[in-house]
Amino acid sequence: MIKAKFNEMLALSNDSTKKTIFVALATCLVCSVLVSVAAVALKPMQEANKAYDKKRNILQIAGLMEEGKSVDELFQQIEPRVVNVDTGEYVADVDATTYDQRKASNDPAQNVLIDKSDDVAGIKRRAKYASVYLVKDGDAVKSYILPIKGYGLWSTLYGFIALEADAKTVVGLGYYEHAETPGLGGEVDNPGWKAKWVGKEVYGPDNQVLIDVVKGAVNPASKTAIYEVDGLSGATLTSVGVENMLHYWLGEQGFTKYLNKVRATGGES
Amino acid sequence: MKMSPEAKSNLLDPLIGNNPITLQILGICSALAVTTSLKTALLMSMALTLVTAFSGASISAIRNHIPGSIRIIVQMTIIASLVIVVDQLLKAFAYDTAKQLSVFVGLIITNCIVMGRAEAYAMKNPVGLSFLDGIGNGLGYSLVLIVVAFFRELLGAGALLGYQILPLTTEGGWYQSNGMLLLPPSAFFIIGLMIWAIRAWKPEQNEAPDFVIHESHSHSTGEAH
Repeated sequence: MIKAKFNEMLALSNDSTKKTIFVALATCLVCSVLVSVAAVALKPMQEANKAYDKKRNILQIAGLMEEGKSVDELFQQIEPRVVNVDTGEYVADVDATTYDQRKASNDPAQNVLIDKSDDVAGIKRRAKYASVYLVKDGDAVKSYILPIKGYGLWSTLYGFIALEADAKTVVGLGYYEHAETPGLGGEVDNPGWKAKWVGKEVYGPDNQVLIDVVKGAVNPASKTAIYEVDGLSGATLTSVGVENMLHYWLGEQGFTKYLNKVRATGGES
Repeated sequence: MKMSPEAKSNLLDPLIGNNPITLQILGICSALAVTTSLKTALLMSMALTLVTAFSGASISAIRNHIPGSIRIIVQMTIIASLVIVVDQLLKAFAYDTAKQLSVFVGLIITNCIVMGRAEAYAMKNPVGLSFLDGIGNGLGYSLVLIVVAFFRELLGAGALLGYQILPLTTEGGWYQSNGMLLLPPSAFFIIGLMIWAIRAWKPEQNEAPDFVIHESHSHSTGEAH
């Protein structure tokens, strides 16, 4: 019955209105089934890839990657926590393993709009709660991994900065998602450049944010060299973006309160 | 299996003789965007070849039933669906490189080569030949992309497929990388040089000039016009 109808349809002249509508609908139906099947069937793998990628990035930034060990195994030493950025307190009633800061920053119920004059990172809004990661050695916290994001030249850069237990010395910095020009701004992924961050200090003696991405190379003899990192050549705007987002996220609007607390208490509060 | 002469020419002609980029000058946009490194160029080539081949085959399969008035839309729908499927596959199986390709996989939809082959070949020819035609044109595109990416990555970053070949001065070596090769205009230069080289080798590819200057005007008469 259906088959007979189908053949009858196909037998119509190609230019008849009926056949045109039939072909349009049939094409859409077949294509939408194809696309939906692909999207639904591959979603678990894509999500797993994303989660794996994020964990691997966190481990790399914290300098914990080891050859021959699986990412999941290494990730055991890292404890995800959720922090209320405004108060600097840990949030107990949110599950840190499933909390999605990116989703929250787009949800009006869970985000705050950033005043234009404060918005040096160019992100317009941020989540009230942030996912931080503590690298534990027994009970003591070895380092703090904080999420950062901000606008570069073409895109928002998403990444992490890892600080030592003193909450001011950099363990590592890196981005897991951006769309800057490959070879220029894209060099934020260059291991050589990322290595330049290790050991730098982000806060001065009075806990003001001093980290500075300078044009050209840092003069190692200068007094402020400990706060300075070489800019990326040919990528001034990306470099400025990196500096601005650090000033935002480490500043009063960002994690200053949280870091002051952990300095006083050693990570537990 | 012996291939018919037409199948063979479908597969091999687009490589150099009838290359979609260097002769037909199609698909230049993505050739500029994804050729900063060899790895992204390879993945993009694969994605485009698959899309061209399968869209050619499926459009050819229903070619006798596509109403003329909506044929472009039907072609677009099929191409777009295939591109989404390829994009999803890349995100599932080649996540890291797919991240670098970002929007360019999605933009295969607008790549003139895919539409061009669908309209010019698949609408009039049987499924098998259309499939081969898609593969051939995809490979022709791939060849140009790979050559361009080879030079851009080697001279721009001193590396191939991410492995350092020429030690950079910034890392204590001797090679001063050429940053211009990482910017889009350099792809134009390389493609231009390739077209020049191919046409010097195969002069029959040169187009007849659109305008011929007449003999009587080519002499300067000294008069003001």
